[in-house]
Amino acid sequence: MADLDTPFRRFVADFREDKVAVGAAVLFVAIFAAAMACAYISPQNPYDLRQLDIMDGKMPPGKASMDGLVFWLGSDGQGRDMVSAILYGLRTSFLVAVTSGFIAAAVGTAVGLAAAYYGGWVDTLLMRTVDIKLSFPAILIALVLLAVFGQGTGKIVVALVVIQWAYYARTVRASALVERRKEYVEAAQCLALPQRRILFRHILPNCLPPLIVVGTIQIANSIALEATLSFLGVGLPITEPSLGLLIANGFEYILSGVYWISFFPGVALLVTIVSINLVGDRLRDVLNPRLQK
Amino acid sequence: MAAPIVELKDVSKRFVKSLDMAGKLAAKLGANVREETVHAVDRVSLSVAEGEVVGLVGESGCGKSTLGRIVAGILPQTQGEVLYRGQPLSALSGQARVKAALAVQMIFQDPYASLNPRMRVADIIGEAPLYHGLTDKAGEVAYLDETMRRVGLDPAYKKRYPHQFSGGQRQRIGIARALAVKPEFVVCDESVAALDVSIQAQILNLFMELRAALNLTYLFISHDLGVVRHLSDRVVIMYLGRVVEEGATDDLFANPNHPYTIALLGEIPRLDTRKRVFVPVKGEIPSPLHPPTGCHFHPRCPHAMARCSVEAPVLREIAPGRRAACHLNDAG
Amino acid sequence: MTNEATLRVENLQTHFDTKAGTVRAVDGVSFDVRQGQILGLVGESGSGKSVTGFSIMGLVDPPGRIAGGRVLFQGRDIAKMGEEELRQLRGNRIAMIFQDPMMTLNPVLKVETQMIEAVQAHGNVDRKTAWTRARDALGQVGIPSPEERLNSYPHQFSGGMRQRVAIAIALLNKPDLIVADEPTTALDVTIQGQILYEVQKLARETRTALIWITHDLSVVASLADEICVMYAGRIVERGSVDQVLDAPAHPYTAGLIGSVPSRNVKGTKLVQIPGVMPSMLNLPSGCAFRLRCTHADATCEASAPPASGDARQVRCFHPLTAVA
Repeated sequence: MADLDTPFRRFVADFREDKVAVGAAVLFVAIFAAAMACAYISPQNPYDLRQLDIMDGKMPPGKASMDGLVFWLGSDGQGRDMVSAILYGLRTSFLVAVTSGFIAAAVGTAVGLAAAYYGGWVDTLLMRTVDIKLSFPAILIALVLLAVFGQGTGKIVVALVVIQWAYYARTVRASALVERRKEYVEAAQCLALPQRRILFRHILPNCLPPLIVVGTIQIANSIALEATLSFLGVGLPITEPSLGLLIANGFEYILSGVYWISFFPGVALLVTIVSINLVGDRLRDVLNPRLQK
Repeated sequence: MAAPIVELKDVSKRFVKSLDMAGKLAAKLGANVREETVHAVDRVSLSVAEGEVVGLVGESGCGKSTLGRIVAGILPQTQGEVLYRGQPLSALSGQARVKAALAVQMIFQDPYASLNPRMRVADIIGEAPLYHGLTDKAGEVAYLDETMRRVGLDPAYKKRYPHQFSGGQRQRIGIARALAVKPEFVVCDESVAALDVSIQAQILNLFMELRAALNLTYLFISHDLGVVRHLSDRVVIMYLGRVVEEGATDDLFANPNHPYTIALLGEIPRLDTRKRVFVPVKGEIPSPLHPPTGCHFHPRCPHAMARCSVEAPVLREIAPGRRAACHLNDAG
Repeated sequence: MTNEATLRVENLQTHFDTKAGTVRAVDGVSFDVRQGQILGLVGESGSGKSVTGFSIMGLVDPPGRIAGGRVLFQGRDIAKMGEEELRQLRGNRIAMIFQDPMMTLNPVLKVETQMIEAVQAHGNVDRKTAWTRARDALGQVGIPSPEERLNSYPHQFSGGMRQRVAIAIALLNKPDLIVADEPTTALDVTIQGQILYEVQKLARETRTALIWITHDLSVVASLADEICVMYAGRIVERGSVDQVLDAPAHPYTAGLIGSVPSRNVKGTKLVQIPGVMPSMLNLPSGCAFRLRCTHADATCEASAPPASGDARQVRCFHPLTAVA
């Protein structure tokens, strides 16, 4: 029925034209679901020290532990099953990236809308702040903040928000400025609707497509950044090993033939980020108004 | 003549492109950058009587769309006063202001950009009347259906999104949106320019039907003289922000006074002129950023005199109901 | 000079393969243009008039393809030419003018550079001669002080001037055929008048064959020798300007003429064609216009009307005027 032809359905139909992107999306959903369900599907709870036995340490992939648990991807120095460690690590990475992404998007949207709506000195002040923020390398800001705050999941989320909000702000401002000049906004003004309603009910929904694209790319970026920080030892605490920490843990053994402790978390990280970016690229193509048919 | 429903008194609109920080710095250092001002509308006075259709004609950059937006309350004027039923809009507040704002509605040019792509037709048309209490939740469906039927849309389509409609239907949605708040005065800004000829006729007919049925007053902005002539009682011609001529439609088309009006009328391609030899008006339309001194039309005018380049002619009455701004009318 | 057509289009079929099916954007179009003749190709959006223009230029890109018919330019079939051969023809013997002059102009190059390149691409001409030709072409289309303007970038011209430059580029190599697709639609009335004036003068002086694609009957009325009216991918009526406008035979043509406001008594209801252009994916059986036509009957539903006549043609079972 034609009545069901909503903008969302059109978007889904367009997205499905690219088989690679569909594959990437399926892969990403699978990884994400497995990570979120790690407590139920992983063979072992890698954080529960009672389940670990140091004697099972550095088992190569495919070998079984003394309890009969098969380490399909090997085990790390403490005798942790790598499959379980990777799933738990992914969950931590996702939680950090998605939480920080949402907060940053909210902050950035508010700033971007305010800048576009008020214009003048508010716009200048906000956007020059964005420029200054973007002129620092992300890793530098993160290192400084974490050095001041110390480690912890909440603190790394804060650091990631500080790093990311400016991208959202810039994107939202740019598209809000474009939308604001369109005739449907003039029509809403003519209908004497209050400014707040025009801003949030009319302009904002039309700024969402670029926001979604930036959001996707930013989540991939913040997963990578969080892994980098954890690898450097300033990210998440050692009690909650994320992928970066797992890679760092295996790093000392990698040349002595015990490759799997670093290698498999690295592959997991790579596959996750590539799949998100492939989805993001397709979203950008589909949602780009200039390419729309 | 009936009392004016909307009246403009000496209305001007200037757009100033102010300098950003880099520009200000460059100006301080002696670079040739300055604030640029466009006189989009330059001291225009106009009154539209109840039930009248006034055609506003001009080429790009003449300020007709800006003037329409000032009348519709979308843009604030820089100078002058807009009066609604004798009351200056600036003096109104609260409910009275909302009432005056709703009484004047606008129908836009672009049937694509003028509808919010993420809203269903029902919300596009129904949002404002519900918000302003012209209908309530209970009566909304009936109100919406009636409004849609009035403009020739099938209410069965109300759950659809704008992209599912053709250009002509989208324009009907835009008309329904304006009518839904029960306006008295409608500004049509090139409302049929983007439509195909056969659809254009349908929409023009709809405008005329609605006018008769709802006793509407129109300010019909267009570059298409044929359309304006067909629809309007009175015509106002603008050139670079100023009104150059004004008069009853038949009279103005029969005896154009201003050289620009004469040129404009001469340029319309018509069905019944075959193989005609075009005799073009010379020169380009000047940039509104740097309009010519004196009379804006003098560089293109075949009758320009020395006086035209120094002194801007005033718009004054040349016959009952006819006004024109040309120094030629002073001769003799 | 013989009376042979510069361009002869025979039963042209241009199709677009989409997810939802094949769109026959141009479905069996035939016409010809002779030297010095101006042909107006008139239609509303979706009629296939622009696709016809692009097909003539060999500019149809996938998913579009020329599915049948012939486009004979001076006797050679364009549809069968290779890309290299086509490039030699385009901008040299055949030129196109678009609605948006920036389709022709490169925004980062000076007009001079673009025009000299256009000359040198199609002939072994030295820079000096090429520059002279460029200057003369600009002068020909009525651009004041062409020497100075050659040194400008496209953005330094107004819309009307830009379109003149695009026309000048089209004229550079003295083409035998110009295809103009809505070149004055975006322009103001006085500027449109100027462009029409120049084009008319040039067509007369250079005896170039000209195809003027437009939605505006009034423009072709004063410009063209012959008119083809298109509807849903087909030419529904063809004839001289006087024949088509004064005695339209197809109900669609009559409707189009009737809906022009100046044809109606002021203030009265305009003659309107009911309904909308059908989707090209879902055309009605038989005559594509029958659902909007007041004369339609069972015959029109059963089969599509064939083209009758030769120079004066109409595709209708119930023509309003007899066509010989």
